[in-house]
Amino acid sequence: MSAIRTSKLKKTFDEVVAVDDLTITVTEGEIFGLVGPDGAGKTTTMRLLTAIMEPTSGDAWVAGFHVVKEAEAIKERIGYMSQKFGLYPDLSVMENINFYADIYGVPRKGRSKRIDELLAFSNLTPFKQRLAGNLSGGMKQKLGLACALIHTPKVLFLDEPTNGVDPVSRRDFWRILYQLLREKVTIFVSTAYLDEAERCNRLGLIYKGQILALGTPDEVKQIMPGAILEIRVADSRKAYQLLKKELREESVGLFGERIHIVTRDPQKVESEAAKILQDAGIDASAPRPIEPSLEDVFVSVLAEQERSEQAR
Amino acid sequence: MNSVEKNSNETAVVVQDLERRFGSFIAVNRVSFEVKKGEIFGFLGPNGAGKSTTIRMLIGVLAPTDGVGTVAGFDIRTQAEEIKKHIGYMSQKFSLYDDLTVSENIDFYSGIYRIDPARKKARKEWVIEMAGLEHHRHSRTAILSGGWKQRLALGCAILHEPPVIFLDEPTSGVDPVSRRQFWDLIYELSGKGVTVFVTTHYMDEAEYCDRLGLIYRGELIAAGTPETLKTELMQEDVLEVICERPQDAMGEIEQIEGIKEVALFGKGLHVVVEETERAVAAISDLLQRRGYAVTRVEGIVPSLEDVFVSLIEARDRAEQPQQEVKR
Repeated sequence: MSAIRTSKLKKTFDEVVAVDDLTITVTEGEIFGLVGPDGAGKTTTMRLLTAIMEPTSGDAWVAGFHVVKEAEAIKERIGYMSQKFGLYPDLSVMENINFYADIYGVPRKGRSKRIDELLAFSNLTPFKQRLAGNLSGGMKQKLGLACALIHTPKVLFLDEPTNGVDPVSRRDFWRILYQLLREKVTIFVSTAYLDEAERCNRLGLIYKGQILALGTPDEVKQIMPGAILEIRVADSRKAYQLLKKELREESVGLFGERIHIVTRDPQKVESEAAKILQDAGIDASAPRPIEPSLEDVFVSVLAEQERSEQAR
Repeated sequence: MNSVEKNSNETAVVVQDLERRFGSFIAVNRVSFEVKKGEIFGFLGPNGAGKSTTIRMLIGVLAPTDGVGTVAGFDIRTQAEEIKKHIGYMSQKFSLYDDLTVSENIDFYSGIYRIDPARKKARKEWVIEMAGLEHHRHSRTAILSGGWKQRLALGCAILHEPPVIFLDEPTSGVDPVSRRQFWDLIYELSGKGVTVFVTTHYMDEAEYCDRLGLIYRGELIAAGTPETLKTELMQEDVLEVICERPQDAMGEIEQIEGIKEVALFGKGLHVVVEETERAVAAISDLLQRRGYAVTRVEGIVPSLEDVFVSLIEARDRAEQPQQEVKR
């Protein structure tokens, strides 16, 4: 069964189409990533699916309920964590959790057991009495998650949950998400971190309200226009400047000691690049095709979109 | 010529046993490192590890409790004013005036940095072109996207052409396309000999740096090129496991002895293990017995994030007994 299903979901604000005919399905127990640049429509999509905002047209069902006709039923069955984590800085950790428990109507009976579980799960037990405003970014994030989970939702929505959070806290946070997946919670997460998108079962690349690609990370990589050649070279700055000048038609990028060339004609460019470096007496590895990262795909696809828009 | 003066010919930043205490709390604990001229140095660490305190000492706004250092050849204890003239600083908060136009923001910073009137116009055009703001020079800064604001803030921070720039989480909250454009600018600056000292939480960006320092609990716990960190400093090994139903397989693999961590990654799993050979055999064996079709179980080069998390957790384990004694 699908946990989330949308059909031509659309939201316009005056002239602006924020979400444009979005049609996606998220299977129960899956983690789905919505990936896109700022202003692409990620947050608006979240708000439509969490029944906070009504669509202009189209339909969506979450946990089997319609987002407009059965909005109240949805709110009971989902958890939502916004970018700001939705915490009250002047309330303690316990007070924040209790506040959310009241909002969601979690019965008093059994509540303290659930709170203890969530505190243990998020490693916040020692900080019960601390004011939320005095927690570190990583702890705020975990408290935000605990609050979103107080009513044991079936579907969890996370809007850019790890923005500005350091790698150790991010890793901790993902450990918690894996545990939720094992409990068959469905997770819908938006992110601008492409390495996190790699961790999703499936993902959608959204740009100007439209889905440009949809599938497993591997499937999404297939839409990469062209191929990537990688060259490793000690004096990478010099080699980069040279290749950029000589290979004007291609997109050349510098990544530390590695140079990436994105090209539609890898065979021709492979020998050209090797020759350019050799003629300049630069000692470098032979250019070799590599599998693109999601970030490579993302950047190439968006660059292509922008070019075709400008051409119009 | 003393050693500090000699060094300043090749190094942009040198610190030796740098320390900063706030009461009994040691925010930065005897940190030593060097950044060469024209190098991109990435300064990494979790929140609260001492990154910002270190930067504040380097840019001359906070006096060290102990230790010595120079930035662009000037002493951080006695020549703070000189340092401020010779560096650029950009923080994650961008420090632009939202209600001023692009052009007015640039003029404002030109005034602060006392740019020579003869050069003022040329520098302004340079910033506008670099940031791609030709069509927005009279737009209010508030309406610009995150990527544009970020490039404008960088431009304003380097109007006076400083030889050393400090960027404190410059790409926080900026989307991937803008982040990549920003790094193109950083490379361009570094290519012209500008030294770049940058902090980031994005491990893919850490890969773009020439050298890295990792600070944790006020101490520098690792330093080197990204390559060195990945190949020499991580104690554990990392395996890639490609199999059916990776999410279910995760739970099974976690039960095996000697497995430190399992994480979903793309179509498969990354598994942190004590020792590759034994773990490969144990994982292959278990998955086959439980009926998972296995495509691959093999050692891979760890990601910088793997290294970062591993080094910090190792340090946590080492400190635990000490803390117990203190209590």
